[in-house]
Amino acid sequence: MPFGNTHNQLKLKFTSIQEYPDLSKHNNHMAKVLTPELYERLRTKMTASGFTLDDVIQTGVDNPGHPFIMTVGCVAGDEETYIVFKDLLDPVIQDRHGGYKPTDKHKTDLNAANLKGGDDLDPNYVLSSRVRTGRSIRGYCLPPHCSRGERRAVEKLSVEALGSLTGDLKGKYYALKNMTDAEQQQLIDDHFLFDKPVSPLLLASGMARDWPDARGIWHNDNKTFLVWVNEEDHLRVISMQKGGNMREVFTRFCTGLTKIESLFKDRGHAFMWNEHLGYILTCPSNLGTGLRAGVHVKLPNLSKHAKFGEVLKRLRLQKRGTGGVDTAAVGGVFDISNADRLGFSEVQLVQMVVDGIKLLIEMEKKLEKGQCIEDMIPAQK
Amino acid sequence: MATSFTRMMRGRNTAMILASVGAGSLAAGYLLSDSAAAAAATAAERQRLYPPSADFPDLRKHNNCMAASLTPAIYARLRDKTTPKNWTLDQCIQTGVDNPGHPFIKTVGMVAGDEESYEVFAELFDPVIKDRHNGYDPRIMKHPTDLDASKITSGMFDERYVLSSRVRTGRSIRGLSLPPACTRSERREVERVVVTALSGLKGDLSGRYYSLGDMSDREQQQLIDEHFLFDKPVSPLLTAAGMARDWPDARGIWHNNEKNFLIWVNEEDHTRIISMEKGGNMKRVFERFCRGLKQVEHLIQERGWEFMWNERLGYILTCPSNLGTGLRAGVHIRLPLLNRDPRFKKILENLRLQKRGTGGVDTAATGDVFDVSNLDRLGKSEVELVQLVIDGVNYLIECEKRLERGQDVKIPSPIPQFRK
Repeated sequence: MPFGNTHNQLKLKFTSIQEYPDLSKHNNHMAKVLTPELYERLRTKMTASGFTLDDVIQTGVDNPGHPFIMTVGCVAGDEETYIVFKDLLDPVIQDRHGGYKPTDKHKTDLNAANLKGGDDLDPNYVLSSRVRTGRSIRGYCLPPHCSRGERRAVEKLSVEALGSLTGDLKGKYYALKNMTDAEQQQLIDDHFLFDKPVSPLLLASGMARDWPDARGIWHNDNKTFLVWVNEEDHLRVISMQKGGNMREVFTRFCTGLTKIESLFKDRGHAFMWNEHLGYILTCPSNLGTGLRAGVHVKLPNLSKHAKFGEVLKRLRLQKRGTGGVDTAAVGGVFDISNADRLGFSEVQLVQMVVDGIKLLIEMEKKLEKGQCIEDMIPAQK
Repeated sequence: MATSFTRMMRGRNTAMILASVGAGSLAAGYLLSDSAAAAAATAAERQRLYPPSADFPDLRKHNNCMAASLTPAIYARLRDKTTPKNWTLDQCIQTGVDNPGHPFIKTVGMVAGDEESYEVFAELFDPVIKDRHNGYDPRIMKHPTDLDASKITSGMFDERYVLSSRVRTGRSIRGLSLPPACTRSERREVERVVVTALSGLKGDLSGRYYSLGDMSDREQQQLIDEHFLFDKPVSPLLTAAGMARDWPDARGIWHNNEKNFLIWVNEEDHTRIISMEKGGNMKRVFERFCRGLKQVEHLIQERGWEFMWNERLGYILTCPSNLGTGLRAGVHIRLPLLNRDPRFKKILENLRLQKRGTGGVDTAATGDVFDVSNLDRLGKSEVELVQLVIDGVNYLIECEKRLERGQDVKIPSPIPQFRK
């Protein structure tokens, strides 16, 4: 967060030990990695836009951690953060992304034709299908660090690009600060509207500054393709629809993303991407694909089975309540999505979800009939 | 934010310079000490890419003192300035941008990051101060400081009405950044300087420090029961200004053994000093307040430190609303009949007094007991303000007694704002 402690010249007159944060009660990835020695090595550095180590870690210092979830505890302020502070972020990334090494390369695959099946998830169980990711526009600082001028420039560029979409992707932009009451209610009813962040994890990093300036929601007329502008990332892109046709959702996702990328390129702007980390986003947990593909699925019997957690783990899937992260399941309906983001391509991750959900539904059907599922339990992917 | 872009522009220039001398790739990053070097050359480039109008905040829905005074022209002149410690205008006003304001209460909407903020950004601070402090003009007026408690008269209230008496203020340590801006080391230095000084207090002022981070559960419960403990701020007015960073590092509470002199360290200001006791002896509360303050000041001066103060603005604190004396002198008082009189509001207003609930600002009164204190902070001395509270509260008690006897009360004539 661009506050005084990060720009304060006086800071360098104090020793590293005097400035080093008290992390004794902390449980997050940043606290595990940041030793006093590492702090000393990195504290004098900054990116060209002025983002410093203290900016990176402020959220992790202010939020000691969740008792059950290991939070990341650091954010990027620009694309360069991941390079200048790699000595901190590489081990954090390795820890968070299942051993992903600093020398590893990430594959990007947004060719939906490479997905096998996925159009026939049983609609008696799968209520809805959704794929989301994020994108950052190269040359602009990220939400924790951007100026109002930059944030507005990102909005302007995005609205122009999205305004050029045609066919079933044609849609409309709703700026948060100009919304009428009727528009706001409609967006709430559609479950599209996002609010000013209240999580201290996000607030402490500075991404809610100047709310709601330059924030908004774009969606197509069919309400199946949605883009959030300037929330936690420059862009969050979401494709969704009722039912179990994940293939169609993913196809629209890839088509839309590719179109948007080329519209930006036409205007001289690229997305932040490199071959080591894939797509660059604010939080290190969203690097790589930044992709979460998931379904709302009814699994009342399976979810009560003792091996449910183990099965999900082996399938590299994650469960959440239907309100999203940190919510509870309601009526046996769960949000099941991929646990990984980095080190697998988009197609691979969606394939895992499609294949995994198929298996979970089969297990559910078996349990409905009172049959055993022990022989169906998969090996670790 | 604006400042970050300044650095980016400077950084790009520095990149060109470094590249030309073969100093290595972008990946090495820049040293913080480089940032000042290339500043001048990049101003023109920055103006071209992001002129001040691109960064000017949208204040159309805002109702605070900052939004009322900040024009695009002022913003353009001040955006690229920094204090010697690199604090910027955007950082001063962030809290006012993020908090459009209360429909009934006009908040200030900006904070200082250091003593120099009030000078470097005077073009905005001065009209805000004038707005908030009833026309006090820092450009032409001087603020009087007077901590001679012997001048107070009639400072003993009727305890059938006054339940407790309290005086509070704040003090900042010169040379160290204020809570919105300070680094962890500066904040720890404030704690060290203050706690060392407090350990030198003797007699009825001798006491003990409780660090927020190291407190035992038992100590914590004790401090809560005594109404001494302060918590991490939750008000978005404060958190948006960055003063809750690194909580609870270097925060704590000191109080004397008699539990009537209390100091908060590194909450909204470097220090908040509170003198209080049950009952109506405001003169004694103020006498201890002045004595304690003078002793603490003497103890820090012995070690080469001093409080932030100047004759334009008096004592310098984080929020412009607390400039001057930073003093709030008040009582918890029971005035059931007067409270229900429709003229009560006007009486308070003319006496330059303010009513609050017994939980402090933004709380409701409970059971006819409420908090009455001075409205003003700047332009009148400590002695003047405390005397004003004493005379005012005595007047209120007289009104209550008259109403008890079935007699009528009069609205007093308004107290003039400043000495002419």
